[in-house]
Amino acid sequence: MKRHSKNLVALLSLLLCAHVFAADKIKMEDQTQIPAAPNKLSGVKYFSPPEDADLQNNAFGDLVRKGEALFVNTKALAPLNVGNEMNCVNCHLDRGRKANSSPMWGAYPMYPAYRKKNNKVNTYAERLQGCFSFSMNGTPPPADGEIILALTAYSYWLSTGAPTAKALPGRGFDEPPPPKGGFDVARGKVVYEKQCVICHGENGEGKKVGVNYVFPPLWGKDSYNWGAGMHRINTAAGFIQHNMPLGRGETLSDIEAWDVAAYVNVHERPQDPRLVEGDIEKTRKRFHADDGVNLYGTTVNGVLIGQGIK
Amino acid sequence: MKKIGVTLLLAMWVLAPILGNAAEGESIMIHGGANPAAMPCISCHAADGKGMPSAGFPRLSGLPAPYIEKQLYDFRSGARGNAVMQPIAKALTDEEIKQVAAAYSNRPKVNVNHPNNTNPVLGSGAWIAQRGEWSKNIPECTLCHGPDGVGVGDAFPPLAGQSPMYLESQLNAWKEQKVASTPKSMSSSLPATRRNDPNHLMQHIAGSLTETQIKAVSEYFGSLGDSIEPFDESQHRLR
Repeated sequence: MKRHSKNLVALLSLLLCAHVFAADKIKMEDQTQIPAAPNKLSGVKYFSPPEDADLQNNAFGDLVRKGEALFVNTKALAPLNVGNEMNCVNCHLDRGRKANSSPMWGAYPMYPAYRKKNNKVNTYAERLQGCFSFSMNGTPPPADGEIILALTAYSYWLSTGAPTAKALPGRGFDEPPPPKGGFDVARGKVVYEKQCVICHGENGEGKKVGVNYVFPPLWGKDSYNWGAGMHRINTAAGFIQHNMPLGRGETLSDIEAWDVAAYVNVHERPQDPRLVEGDIEKTRKRFHADDGVNLYGTTVNGVLIGQGIK
Repeated sequence: MKKIGVTLLLAMWVLAPILGNAAEGESIMIHGGANPAAMPCISCHAADGKGMPSAGFPRLSGLPAPYIEKQLYDFRSGARGNAVMQPIAKALTDEEIKQVAAAYSNRPKVNVNHPNNTNPVLGSGAWIAQRGEWSKNIPECTLCHGPDGVGVGDAFPPLAGQSPMYLESQLNAWKEQKVASTPKSMSSSLPATRRNDPNHLMQHIAGSLTETQIKAVSEYFGSLGDSIEPFDESQHRLR
């Protein structure tokens, strides 16, 4: 009997290992967001992260600076982990400091967070790894490695003085309500050509200087994949309404933001790495049906969306 | 030998329209356009096309041809106001505009002496260039004009190595001009003299920057200098 239980333990631990290994590929399966930000009362200021000059010159300061460098030049400094041409700062403007551009001071204090959907507690490291799997279409760096450590230190420092476990105004992208008559991809194309082409290009390809991208690709093989939060039209609409065009945020109407977000997110991009048994419909049911507003696995103008791109 | 001659002839025939534009353009730089009112470019923009920084005449060497063409057409239409350039742009033919733009775009592109890897100090010109002032919706200049302000694509011209006096005058040209001591009944501002920024990307930025910031950021980009090394497209250019 004793021997038996020993074997059982061995078997169990083996199974457990296998499970850990499988989960290792994608650390955060579920990309839905934890509680959204409350509305900001007029006259109330957004949380303000510390200034550069406040950072100490010691080992901690060095790690924070390393995190900041990785945050702005992610592709160049972590080429093994970034599979496309995206950098953290592309979606988190002003080095992760800007309100309504999903600032790090809004994200870091919300973790660890239990989420019913995947029935587990997610750590901040896992959340960062999720970005590498989906938004960067890459391979997440190890949770205890220097990349995640540095990005965590940078986020922690930006959150200096922020309350923990309390959703702050300015957190996330503050999504505008969906248009009453629904969004329209064709109207979005008109907005895109007028407002976005100058930087992101006719085919969403972005623009580079030297080998590095200055304006990120919005679709195609070098952009975020079908599992990234930004593939949700509601999320992209929030980012766009508050932040685009650069320096002229909050000039597009809510409807324009939704329409152009739909136009961007109707285009093909790398496949969702969670693809279930190679089947788009199964993947849609499991991961996309309940994930905000998105076009994955649907048919638009007779074309199946979500086929992926290599 | 005959074969080489034929190949050469063929090559010239194929390349002529491209080289032709630039060669004609080189001649316009030195001698001006067919209309004498289209004065030689070199008298202000210098023989090497790098401008006369201390007099505020901008560098044109290495600027994208579509950018130069657009500016000349905007001088013509008045979307960009300038007492010197407007008559010249009107005197140049469409063909001459194409040629001179091609010629300048063939000249060396600015390359920054020492890429900037240090952390800027709050309130400095380098700070505006690399960090902006997002509380006033001013993005860092390098976000659109590229790392070290070397320019991006055809719409975002290089700022690095440009005349500080020129940069300052352009930032001011995008602002509405405040007129001092006007009677209350009259408008106290004149429209901006430069209104040709795509999607109005520059107007509000110029309007939101303070005088001190405009001076500092113009000095910063002017001070980045021009390396003797040619611009290398295969290099990493970090933010």
